[in-house]
Amino acid sequence: MGAPPGTLLRARPAGATWQTPPVRAALFVPCYVDQLWPGAAMSAVRVLEAHGVEVVFPEDQTCCGQPMANAGLAAAAEPLARRFLEVFGGFDAVVCPSGSCTSMVRNHYDPFLAGAPGFDRLKARTYELCEFLVDVLGFRGAQGRFPHKVALHQSCHGLRELGLGVESESTRPKSNKVDGLLRTLGGIELVPLARADECCGFGGTFAVGEEAVSVLMGKDRIADHEQAGAEIVTGTDVSCLIHLRSLAQRDRKPLKFMHVAEVLAEALP
Amino acid sequence: MDSRRRILDALRNASPPAAPAPDLSRVGVRWDDPVARLTDAVAAVAGKLVRVPDRAGLAAAVAALAAELGAGRIGSAVEGVPGRVDLSAISDPHGLEGLGLAVLPGAFAVAENGAVWVSGDAFRPRATFVITEHLALVVSVRDVVHDMHEAYRRIAFPAAGFGTFIAGPSKTADIEQALVIGAHGARSCTLFLVG
Amino acid sequence: MSSLPVFQGGHPEAAARFVENEPRTHWHDQSLWFVREKRDRAASLVPDWEALRDAAAGIRAHVRGRLPELLEEFERNAVARGAKVHWAADAGEHNEIVHRILAERGVTRLVKSKSMLTEECGLNPYLEARGIEVVDTDLGERIVQLRHEPPSHIIFPAIHLKREEIGELFHEKLSTPAGLSDPTKLTEAARGHLRQRFLRAQAGLTGVNFAVAETGGVVVCTNEGNADMGTSLPPVHIACMGVEKIVPSLEHLAVLIRLLARSATGQPVTSYTSHFHGPMPGGELHIVVVDNGRSRLLADPAVRGLLACIRCGACLNTCPVYRRSGGYSYGWVVPGPIGSALAAARDPASHATLPFASTLCGSCDAVCPVRIPIHDTLLGERRTLAARGLIAPGKRLGLALVGLLLRSRASYEAAGGLLRFALKWFPRFLLYGPWNVWGRRRELPAPPVESFRQTWRRTRGPLPSPAPRGKGSPGTSAGGSPRG
Repeated sequence: MGAPPGTLLRARPAGATWQTPPVRAALFVPCYVDQLWPGAAMSAVRVLEAHGVEVVFPEDQTCCGQPMANAGLAAAAEPLARRFLEVFGGFDAVVCPSGSCTSMVRNHYDPFLAGAPGFDRLKARTYELCEFLVDVLGFRGAQGRFPHKVALHQSCHGLRELGLGVESESTRPKSNKVDGLLRTLGGIELVPLARADECCGFGGTFAVGEEAVSVLMGKDRIADHEQAGAEIVTGTDVSCLIHLRSLAQRDRKPLKFMHVAEVLAEALP
Repeated sequence: MDSRRRILDALRNASPPAAPAPDLSRVGVRWDDPVARLTDAVAAVAGKLVRVPDRAGLAAAVAALAAELGAGRIGSAVEGVPGRVDLSAISDPHGLEGLGLAVLPGAFAVAENGAVWVSGDAFRPRATFVITEHLALVVSVRDVVHDMHEAYRRIAFPAAGFGTFIAGPSKTADIEQALVIGAHGARSCTLFLVG
Repeated sequence: MSSLPVFQGGHPEAAARFVENEPRTHWHDQSLWFVREKRDRAASLVPDWEALRDAAAGIRAHVRGRLPELLEEFERNAVARGAKVHWAADAGEHNEIVHRILAERGVTRLVKSKSMLTEECGLNPYLEARGIEVVDTDLGERIVQLRHEPPSHIIFPAIHLKREEIGELFHEKLSTPAGLSDPTKLTEAARGHLRQRFLRAQAGLTGVNFAVAETGGVVVCTNEGNADMGTSLPPVHIACMGVEKIVPSLEHLAVLIRLLARSATGQPVTSYTSHFHGPMPGGELHIVVVDNGRSRLLADPAVRGLLACIRCGACLNTCPVYRRSGGYSYGWVVPGPIGSALAAARDPASHATLPFASTLCGSCDAVCPVRIPIHDTLLGERRTLAARGLIAPGKRLGLALVGLLLRSRASYEAAGGLLRFALKWFPRFLLYGPWNVWGRRRELPAPPVESFRQTWRRTRGPLPSPAPRGKGSPGTSAGGSPRG
């Protein structure tokens, strides 16, 4: 049933150590980022280019198929998985400003693509933006300043399935790639939350199918960010940010929401 | 076909994959100072640990505890510690209701979690350890083990028998997560560590 | 008496009712989060915690591969020490066996310590209908029994109740003073009340936390001492176990005992961890080994891993959905993540909403002491439900349509453009109609002027036509300088 005991779904790309980092990366833009929050992707481009990466955008991409797959509709998801492999299969690196979409490719495409030529290579070379910056480009110090009180919302798939950080349930020493990146920005104050990594309650169709609990989970996260004194809530996943922002807006809360790429891009000198 | 056969056949026909015997070499914890660790662990389970320098002082220590607890009826299965109630003469455990303090021998104590192994061979009737209002356990300081792995290596059940790890008094948090000491079993548990 | 509340709409509807009382939901959520934090602290004090979990997962996988031989070994050793071993293929047979043992001995007063298996089999109502008084002796179980409710959590049966409510209950049933709500005093009252039951009981029934094949013994862990009271006073002890509770030997038991209480309550170990090998002198020990669907789970590779569960409840405590919907929203004897997975595995049609009562956040996996990949299992169960046509047609069609639109760039871009157009231009009353579930409590996102790809095209110049598939050529930016 999946990974053997003792391993969590944390497929670190097999080819993760590079002698010379690739200077060319294909940008994988989640469908809802493309259509509803393009700033996250534009910022990702700026940040990558500021670090010497040539960014290409394969226009034939549409969607990784996660909403269909998470609803159990394998037949609807499979063609999208195949399309993804066709579009992105040839690149040295595929970078995505989303933890859940990246995890879809690395951890949940096996039922559709196992054995397909190029699939293992694709899995090994698909990265979420922050892990690409830290693990592949060896990014240690951010450039620039971001003098604001910021709370990091840790999106679940990036945290627990990609290993962007050590989850609060674990007894391993705590570390976090996204938090580490943010801390290097001058003037930033990262405010600690009462619950470091509780789910925001979006969960895809859960947001609609289990509306009552989804809304309460989102409101509780917002309350946590507020009590921590956050001006800005940031995270790796626009899906979570849209969910939280739409609740905050309905309640007319002054909290601002920015994708991590946007924070890093704004800080660029 | 009887149910036993049906169940065993169904389990066999389910054909789960064979998995190797697990590697237990990476588990286990050792303490630099097991007695110190035990002291903390007993406190963490709401027990009390009392050091007694030698066996000779045990009777007095128990008497002092009984006085402190206001325990009148005392039953002891520990040599050298007298009890007003002769436990070995009790044929019906129901007669133990109202026993104030039971003093029982522990085979060893576990530093990791403050538990004491009490073998059913060491006392009668079985209900004594749980029906008593207060419990005292006696363990030699030489019989402190590091963790549960070491503990279970010391335990065997070659024949019918009973044994229990006792860690502190009985307790519950079933009402609003409020910890209450003294549920159905002993209201207090004192570990006399001798030596 | 434990009949499950009947509800029509599955988890979403029941959860929505629960959440209506927001302050109470927050109180419930905070109570369970508190237990989760205790578990975190306990785990952090164990230097080999992750190694323990690895070992435990390995033990459970190994056991799954050898159940028949381990059960036979267990039976031999249990019988050699004087126990009687009975086998029950299903819940009905389990109840009949227990009843027969009691009836043959003229037992009409039974005390019980906690057993989720007996809840699963509906034992209490079965026995009560046949004239046997059944007293649940775990304090939380007794509380819900007196209220004629099922337990709402597998470790803390009454965690959904406030002390005042328990005080009222005890005032009515135990004659405690009106208005008394102090937990210590209420527990004291329960001690006295249940002590009378223990002393009058003619038989005691327990669950089994673990059964040891090598020694033929059963292990029962409690904090209250109720299992020990119930089995050392009356002469007859009945111990009920699911087939998966077996461990090969005492050394394996050590691993699981080190994990159980820390995961369940945050304590290093329960107050009592009792090992029963054969009956007391002059007494009887009956062990009832129960299948009731477990062999079917074992036969299904997608769900057999669920049999590793040691019923610690850690996944319930960590689940943000369980905390905000409560144990009665799940419609099965075990709620929360593991309950959802088990219920949907046993009877997908009756529990079709349960695999979806999750955001797949993965917190359950992260706390599970035996490393069950619960959230992956729930995802797999969604696939099973879809394949069996058990997903709401509207949802299925809607998502299938979206899936179709996403299969070509042209239709995707057109649909995206339409969406943004609607968000920008449709009047509020049209956008936020009753059909818009999202819009009930949330704002729709304000659409950007351009999609990312529109901006890219505009700022990066014209692009070549879709490139040949091959190493690293598609989509090069042609001319123009990179711009933010």
